[in-house]
Amino acid sequence: MTEFALILLSAVLVNNYVLTKFLGICPFLGTSSKVETAIGMSFAVMFVMTLASTASWLVQQYVLIPLDLQYLQTIFFILIIASLVQLIEMMIHKTSPVLYQALGIFLPLITTNCAVLGVAILNVQQEQTFLTSALYGGGAAIGFALVLILFAGIRERIDVSPVPAAFKGSPLALITAGMMSLAFMGFSGLVKV
Amino acid sequence: MMMESMSGLLYALASLGAFALCAGIVLAIAQKIFHIEGDPMIDNIDALLPQTQCGQCGFPGCKPYATAVAGSEAEVNHCVPGGERTMLQIANLMGVEPKELDEEASAPMLAFVREDECIGCTLCIKACPVDAIIGAPKQYHTVIADHCTGCTLCVEPCPVDCIDMLVKPELIEHWAWPLPDTKRSQLGHERREQHAGHA
Amino acid sequence: MPAMLRTLAQKMGLMAHSFRGGIHPDMHKLSAMNPIENVAISPVLILPMKQHIGSVCSPLVKVGDHVLRGQKIAKSEGYLSVPVHASTSGRVVKIEEHAIAHPSGMGMPSIFIEADGDDRADESLEPIIDWQNTDPTLLRERARMCGLAGLGGAVFPTFIKLVQDKRFPIETVILNGIECEPYLTNDHRLMVEQASEILDGMAIIMHMVGTSSGIIAIEDNKADAAQAMQEALNSKDGMDDVRIEVLPTRYPQGSEKQLIYTLTGREVPAGKLPMHIGVLCQNVGTSKALRDAVMLGQPLTERIVTISGDALPQPANLRVRLGTPIRSLFARQGLEDFNHIQIVHGGPMMGERLSHPDIPVIKSTSGILALSKQAIDAAHTVENPCIRCGHCSEACPVSLVPNLLADFCRSDQLEKAEDYQLFDCIECGACSYVCPSNIPLVHYFRYGKGQIALARREQVFAEASRQRSEGRDARIERELAEKAARRSRVRKTHAPKPVADASANKPATPDVTASDNAVENTAKPEEKS
Repeated sequence: MTEFALILLSAVLVNNYVLTKFLGICPFLGTSSKVETAIGMSFAVMFVMTLASTASWLVQQYVLIPLDLQYLQTIFFILIIASLVQLIEMMIHKTSPVLYQALGIFLPLITTNCAVLGVAILNVQQEQTFLTSALYGGGAAIGFALVLILFAGIRERIDVSPVPAAFKGSPLALITAGMMSLAFMGFSGLVKV
Repeated sequence: MMMESMSGLLYALASLGAFALCAGIVLAIAQKIFHIEGDPMIDNIDALLPQTQCGQCGFPGCKPYATAVAGSEAEVNHCVPGGERTMLQIANLMGVEPKELDEEASAPMLAFVREDECIGCTLCIKACPVDAIIGAPKQYHTVIADHCTGCTLCVEPCPVDCIDMLVKPELIEHWAWPLPDTKRSQLGHERREQHAGHA
Repeated sequence: MPAMLRTLAQKMGLMAHSFRGGIHPDMHKLSAMNPIENVAISPVLILPMKQHIGSVCSPLVKVGDHVLRGQKIAKSEGYLSVPVHASTSGRVVKIEEHAIAHPSGMGMPSIFIEADGDDRADESLEPIIDWQNTDPTLLRERARMCGLAGLGGAVFPTFIKLVQDKRFPIETVILNGIECEPYLTNDHRLMVEQASEILDGMAIIMHMVGTSSGIIAIEDNKADAAQAMQEALNSKDGMDDVRIEVLPTRYPQGSEKQLIYTLTGREVPAGKLPMHIGVLCQNVGTSKALRDAVMLGQPLTERIVTISGDALPQPANLRVRLGTPIRSLFARQGLEDFNHIQIVHGGPMMGERLSHPDIPVIKSTSGILALSKQAIDAAHTVENPCIRCGHCSEACPVSLVPNLLADFCRSDQLEKAEDYQLFDCIECGACSYVCPSNIPLVHYFRYGKGQIALARREQVFAEASRQRSEGRDARIERELAEKAARRSRVRKTHAPKPVADASANKPATPDVTASDNAVENTAKPEEKS
C-alpha cells in the first residue's frame, strides 16, 4: 500500500515529467493560455498516457519479450500512442467541438509528445508489475495535468497584468515555468526512486 | 542462423502487421460510433452573429457566413454589424488570430418609410429578411422599429425611394458606462486582442 | 486564530456579527445639528417621468392643465413602477425633456409645473385611521398609488416589498437608520425630530407583512437620534418586540445585505432578496412617508435633503418639494458660483457627479453636495499599475477580489468577470477608496456590467431576428412548394381533357402559361385555384 502511494507521489511531484524531467514542454506552453483549454488538454493527455503506458507494458511482456523483438519497441509504442490519439480526437470532436477547435493542432501533436513515449519507455525499463506500471503511468499523467493547470492559472493572471513590453507573452511564460521548476525541486529527495 | 534470423524477421513482420490490423479495426469501429452529423461549429459561430441577414459579409445571410467560417473558407473579420466584438469572439472560437475589420461599422440604423410617398408596391416587404415591414398591396407600408435590424436591404427595391435609414435613438435605459478616462484603461484594448487569438 | 474565535463567539451569540471589510472615511457630518428647515416653493417645479427603479411613467395631464398638490400627473406603465404626483398646485406649462441626475448627462421627459402660490392639496385620498383593521392588500395599493419608493437612495417601488408571500413569510422588519455615507444627515434629523411618525410607519409595515418583530438600526455617531427613537418607542403600544440596535460606525453598514448580516447573522444568498430569508428592510424616511400616505392620505411630494459639502457656506437639512431645481437650493445656502466646485447628487461614495446645478430634486435625492475641487486631488486621477497590496480585497464587504475583477473588465473578459461574481458587487466604492494606485475600480465594474447587459440584450434581439428570418425562409419555401404542387395538379388535369372541363380550368390557365417559365411575377395579385 505504501509502495503504491510512494510511486504515485514520485510520479506526480518528485519526478514530475514536465518540471523535473522536462518532457512534454510543447503542449505545456502551447495550451496553457486558458484554464479551460488546459483542463481539456490534461484530460486528453491523461487518457492517452495511462492507456499507452499500460498497453505498452502488455505488449512488452506478451509480444516483444517472448518473440525476442525488443528492438521493435519504439515502433510498437508509437503505433499504440498514435491509435489512442486518433481515438481521443474522435471522442473530443464528438463531445465538445468547441474544445476540439480550441486545442487545434495540439491534439494530434500528443502523438509526438515526448512525455507520453517517455512514460511508456521508462515504464518498461524499470521492469515493474502490471499494477505498478499502470500506477506509474497514471501518476505521470496526473503530474502533467497538475502542472499544466497550475501554469494556465498563472498565465491567465499574468495576461491581464501590466507586464513590460519586452517580457509580454512567451518570455515571461518561460521565466514562470523556470520558477515553477525551481519550486518543484523542493520535492527532490522526498521519495527515493 | 539464417533460418533463425528469417523466423525472427517473420515474427517481427507478423506481429507488427497483426497489431496494426487490430488498431485499424478498432479505429474503424470507433469512427462509426463517434460519427458526427454536419458541423456543430456552424451553429456555434451562427450564435455569435447579430442575425442582421444584411449580406455585407459577402454571403447571403448569417448562416452561410457561419458555414464558410467553420469550413475555414472565409476570414473572421467580414461581419460589419457585429463589429470588433463579434470578430474577436469568432476568432476566439475558431482558435485563429484576430484580423483587422475591413470597414468600420456605422452607428445602428433603423429603416423608416415616408408613408406619404409610399405607393404600396410591397417590394420592400418582400426584400426584408426578417419580415419587419408590414403592409399590403396598395396600402401604406411601415417598418416595425423593434424588429428592424438595419440591414438596408429594403432601400434599393423601393421604386420611389421613400425609405430613409435613420440613426437609432439612444435610450437612457440602455446607456452603458464607458471605460474610465485614464491612460491605463486603454491598455486593456491590446490585451483584448491577445486574448481572442489564444487557443 | 482570532478570526476563528470570533466566528465561534458570534455563532454562540456572545458577540455581535460584523460584516467583513468596510472602511472608515471621515464622516464630515457638518449638518448633524441643523434642524430640518422648510424651503419656499420654487416658481417652477420640474418632475421627471421616472424617479424610481422600473418603467418610465406616462403623463396624464397636458399643457395648460391646472393641478393640485398630490394629484397624480403621470401613471405607471408596468408592474415595476410607481406614479408621479404634482408637488404643489399650479399650471402645467411644459412637458419636455430635461436634464436629470444621471451619469450619462442625458435627459428624461419631465412635466413642468408653474406654482400658483396657493399650494392647495388634492383631498381625494381618504386618511385610513383604522389601518390596524384594514386589509393589507388595500394598504399595499395605497402605497403604490402614493408613489412611494425607497428613500434611502435605491428608490425601489415600496409596495412590491410590502406583501405577504406564503412561501417566504417575513419574521423581522428592519428599519434602516444607519446613514453611513459621509455628509448625509437627513435620516439622522428625521429620527431626532419625527421619531413618532417613523415608528407609526414601522407599525403599519409590520401589520402589512404580518409580523410583530422588528429592529431599528442606528449608527453610534447618532446618539441623539437613538435616544429620540428609544423615547418614542417606549411610549408606543403594541411594539414590544421592537428593539433599537446601535451599531459601530463603518461604511457601508447601511447597505441592506450587510445590515441584515450584522443584525441577524444570516446572509442573503447571491441573486436572492432579503424576503427569501424572512427579512424586510425599509429606510426610516420611507417608513415615515408610508405613514403619511396611509394615515394622512398624502402622496409622496416632498423629502428631506441634506445640502452640504466643504465648499458650501451654510450646510443644512431641508424639507424640499420634489422637482425643486438644485440651483435654487444652493443659492439659498449661499453658493452661486460653481467654478472649481464639484456638485454631487447623493453621497460622496455612491452619488452621481453633476456637471451643472440645473437638475431637479427627485425621490432619490438624499443629499446634494458642493465639494471643492482641491478636495479631489489631481494626483488621484492618474491610474497607476496594481501593486497587489490586497487592500481592496480586505475592504470589500462582499468578499470579492476587486483588482482581479477590474483586470477582467478592462480586458473585456466578461465571462470571467461574471464567474468571479461581478454582479454581486454593490458598487459601494470602498475598494476605490483604499486603492493606493488610484485605480478607479468601481468604474471598471460599472463598465463591465454595462457591457454584459448590452451583450445580453443584443443576444436576445439576434435570437428573435434569427427566428423571424428562419420563419420567413420556411414560409417562402412552403409557398413555392404549394405553387409547384398547384402547377403540377393543374397540368395533370389540364392535359388529357380538351373541352368538357376547359371552362372549369380557365382561371388557372393564364397562371400555367405565365409560370411555365418559372418566373415569379410579384406584382400580380395572388390567384386562387
